[in-house]
Amino acid sequence: MRSALFRFWDGDVGYSFRTSPVAMAAAAVALICIFCSVFAGFVAPHNPFDLTTLELSDARLPPAWSDGGSSKYLLGTDDQGRDILSALMYGARISLAVGFASVVLSVVIGVGLGLLAGFYGGWIDAALMRLCDVMLSFPAILVALLIAGVGRALFPNAQDSLALGVLIISITLTGWVQYARTVRGSTLVERSKEYVQAARVTGVTPLRIMRRHVLPNVMGPVLVLATIQVATAIITEATLSFLGVGAPPTSPSLGTLIRVGNDYLFSGEWWITVFPGVMLVTISLSVNLLGDWLRDALNPRLR
Amino acid sequence: MNFKKKAALALMGTALAATTLVASAVTLRVGNQGDALSLDPHSLNESLQLTVVGNVYEPLVTRDRSYKLAPSLATDWKQTAPTVWRFNLRKGVEFHDGTPFTADDVIFSYERAKGDGSDMKSYVGQIKEIKKIDDHTIDFVLNNPFPILPEQFTQWHMMSKKWCETNQATKPVDRRKGIENAASFRANGTGPFRVRERQPNVRTTFSRNGSYWGKIDGNVDEVIFNVIGNDSTRVAALLSGEIDVMEPVPVQDVPRIKAAPALQVLQGPELRVIFLGMDQKRDELLFSSVKGKNPFKDKRVRQAFYQAIDIEAIKSRVMRGAATPVAILFPPQVKGFAPDLAKRLPFDVEAAKKLMADAGYGAGFELKMNCPNDRYVNDGEICQAVAANLSRIGVKINLEAETKGTYFPKILRRDTSFYMLGWTASTVDAHAVLYPIMSTPGEGGRGQFNLGAYSNTRVDELTNLIASETDDKKRTEMIREALKIHQDDVGHLPLHQQAINWATKKNIELVQWPDNGMPWKFVKLNK
Repeated sequence: MRSALFRFWDGDVGYSFRTSPVAMAAAAVALICIFCSVFAGFVAPHNPFDLTTLELSDARLPPAWSDGGSSKYLLGTDDQGRDILSALMYGARISLAVGFASVVLSVVIGVGLGLLAGFYGGWIDAALMRLCDVMLSFPAILVALLIAGVGRALFPNAQDSLALGVLIISITLTGWVQYARTVRGSTLVERSKEYVQAARVTGVTPLRIMRRHVLPNVMGPVLVLATIQVATAIITEATLSFLGVGAPPTSPSLGTLIRVGNDYLFSGEWWITVFPGVMLVTISLSVNLLGDWLRDALNPRLR
Repeated sequence: MNFKKKAALALMGTALAATTLVASAVTLRVGNQGDALSLDPHSLNESLQLTVVGNVYEPLVTRDRSYKLAPSLATDWKQTAPTVWRFNLRKGVEFHDGTPFTADDVIFSYERAKGDGSDMKSYVGQIKEIKKIDDHTIDFVLNNPFPILPEQFTQWHMMSKKWCETNQATKPVDRRKGIENAASFRANGTGPFRVRERQPNVRTTFSRNGSYWGKIDGNVDEVIFNVIGNDSTRVAALLSGEIDVMEPVPVQDVPRIKAAPALQVLQGPELRVIFLGMDQKRDELLFSSVKGKNPFKDKRVRQAFYQAIDIEAIKSRVMRGAATPVAILFPPQVKGFAPDLAKRLPFDVEAAKKLMADAGYGAGFELKMNCPNDRYVNDGEICQAVAANLSRIGVKINLEAETKGTYFPKILRRDTSFYMLGWTASTVDAHAVLYPIMSTPGEGGRGQFNLGAYSNTRVDELTNLIASETDDKKRTEMIREALKIHQDDVGHLPLHQQAINWATKKNIELVQWPDNGMPWKFVKLNK
C-alpha cells in the first residue's frame, strides 16, 4: 500500500500534481470538506438533525461577529434554530454521499453498457446508443425530477432514507449515459487493435477480453469524467433539494438549506442561504479543479 | 409602395391598435401562494378555492364590503314557518353563456352540492326538502329550525343546470378520487367575472362580465391570477412591479414592503384558526411505530402533545408575532366564543413527559405528520417546530410537508395519522366549526372535516340543539358546554389564529374580508 502511494507520488501523475499549486490547493480544500462532513459528528459543534437539541428561541441569529450574534453559533442559525456551521457539515455529508454514490453507480452501469456496446457492436450497440440519445435529449434535471416524482408516488410512505435512495437513483439514471458513450468510443478504437485481435485468436473469452484487456485502456477518460461528475451530481442533488423533491426538511442537505434561506434573503437574513451557497461552490469548484488537473495529467499529448 | 412596405405598415397599424386596446383596459395582476385546485365551486371547501371561484359563481346570499349579509342571487328571504324559509330569486340574471338563472338551477345546485364527491355537504345538510313555488320563488324545508341558514348559504354557489348537463359535469370534481370534469377547467357562473383562460397552477385570466346583473363598484376589466409558490419570488415580483397585489406576504418581508414607497401592506385578523388533528378512530394508526393500538385514543397522549408544543416560540420566532395563540378552534370574532375557555393548557415539557409515561409511552414512538407547505402562513415551518417540540417527549416525527394539491386530497381521504388544518368559520358562527370539525363524521356533511374522527356523543347532541336553538343566551351556553367538553377531551390541538397579510401597490383600493376573501368587483385601480 505504502509503495503504491510512493509510486504514485514519484510517477508522472504525482509529478504533475506536485508541480501544480492549483491541484494541491483544490485537493486540500476538498479533503477538508470531506473530512468535516464525514466526521461531522465529532467536528460539528451541534447536531442539527437531532430535533431535541433545537431551540426555537435561538432561531435566525446572525453570525457571531455581527450585532446580536452569539458565540455559540459561529455562522448564525436558520429559521428553526439550527446552527448553520453544523448544518453545513451535516448537509455536505448528505450532498457528498449522494454525489459519490450516484457517480459510482453511474460508472458501473455506464462503463458496463459502454463496453458491451463498443465490443459487440451490431444491434446491441444500436439499441444502447439510441437509448443514450433519448436520455440525452432530455435535460438531466428534468429526468431526475421525473424519476424523483415517480419514486415519491410509488413509495408515498417513504422515510428519509428512502428519499435519499430516490435521489441517488434519479441522478444515476441521468448520469450513466456520458460514461457509456465515452467508453463505447474508446472501446471501438481498442477493439480493432492488435493485442485484442491476438487475444481473440488465442481463444480468450469475450468477457475476459473486455475486463482484462479493454477496460484498463479506457479507464483514463472515465476517471476524469467521474471526478467532474461528482461535482455535477452534488449540484444536481442541490437543485433537486432546492426544488423541494430532494432531501427532507428535517435533515437538510445543502440544497435544502439554500432553499430555506432563499425565503429570508429579502428580509436581510442573508447568512441562512449565503453560507450553504458558498459551501456548495467551494466543494464543486475544488472537485472540478481536481478533475481538470487530472484530465491534463492523464493526457499523453500534454505531458 | 411595394408589398413589403405595405405589409410592414399594416403590421405596425395592428400593433398600435393592439397596444392602445391593452392600455385602455384596467388589468389587475394578482400573485398568490397557491391556486384553486379546480374551478368547480362544490369540489373543495377551502378559502382560496372559494374566494377565487366566488368571483365567477355566486351564492344566493353574499357579503357586502363590511362583511355583512347582502342579497345576491336571492333578492330577499324570510321564514314562513320555523322550519321553512322562502327565498325570492333575482329576475333577469343570466349565466355567462346566456342561459337565464331560475329556480331549477338552485334545485340542481342543491342536488349537486349534497351528492357524491361534494365537499360542500355541510352547507346544505340542514335541508330536508326543496320546493319550487315558481321560476323565481323557492321554499327550503329544514329538518330542524336553523336560524343561520342565510349565513350558511354564502358558501354555496349556483351552477347552471343546462351547462352542467351539456358538459357532463353534473357531479362535482373529486380530487380525492382523481375525478376531473369540464367544471375543473371551465366555468359558467353568474358572477362579475368570467374565466377566459386557465392554466392550472400557473395562471388564470378572468375578464369582466359585461352583462352582469348588478353594479360593479371597481374598475377592473381583467384579472390575471398568477400562482407564485415561492415566497421570495412573490415578493420580488411585487417589488419589481410584475404584479399588483400579493397574498400572503411572508411575515419576514412585511417591514421591507412597508418601507417601499409605492407599496402598502394590508393587515387584519383572519377568522382562520390553525390546528393539528389526530386520528382517534382507527384501532391502529396508519403511520406509526406503535402496532396493535392507537396511542391517540388515550387522552393523556393527546394532552402530552398539546403541552409539548411551545406556542409562544412559534408565535415569536416562526410567525414573527403575526399570530394569536388560541385555545378554541375559532377566534373571538366568531359568534359563540367563550372568553373563559380562552386559556391554553400551559406549555410544560415535564408534565407532558409524565403524561406520556403514564400512558405507557415513556420511551416515545415514531409518527408521521402530514403538513402542507404552501397553504397557511409558514405552515411547513410550524410543523418543523412542532416536530422539534415533540422530539423532547420522545416522539420522533417523520414530517411530510408537501404542496396542497397533493396534501388536501390525501388528508381528506383520511390517509393520515397526524395532520395540520386551518379552518375558517365562514358563517362567523360557532356552528360552522362544531358541525364539520367537532362532530362525529356522519350524513349530510356532519364531521366532514373532522379528519381524525374525534367523537363525543354529548358534543353531537349539543351541536344538533345549537343548530335549532333560537334563544341566544341558551345557545351561547350550549356552545360553551360543547367547547368545554371538546377542550377537556383534547379533541384537537389548537395552535393560533393567523393574521391576514396582503401587499398591494398604493394606487389600489380593495376590500379585505376576514375570511381572507378578495372580491375583485370591489377592486379599484387609480391612475
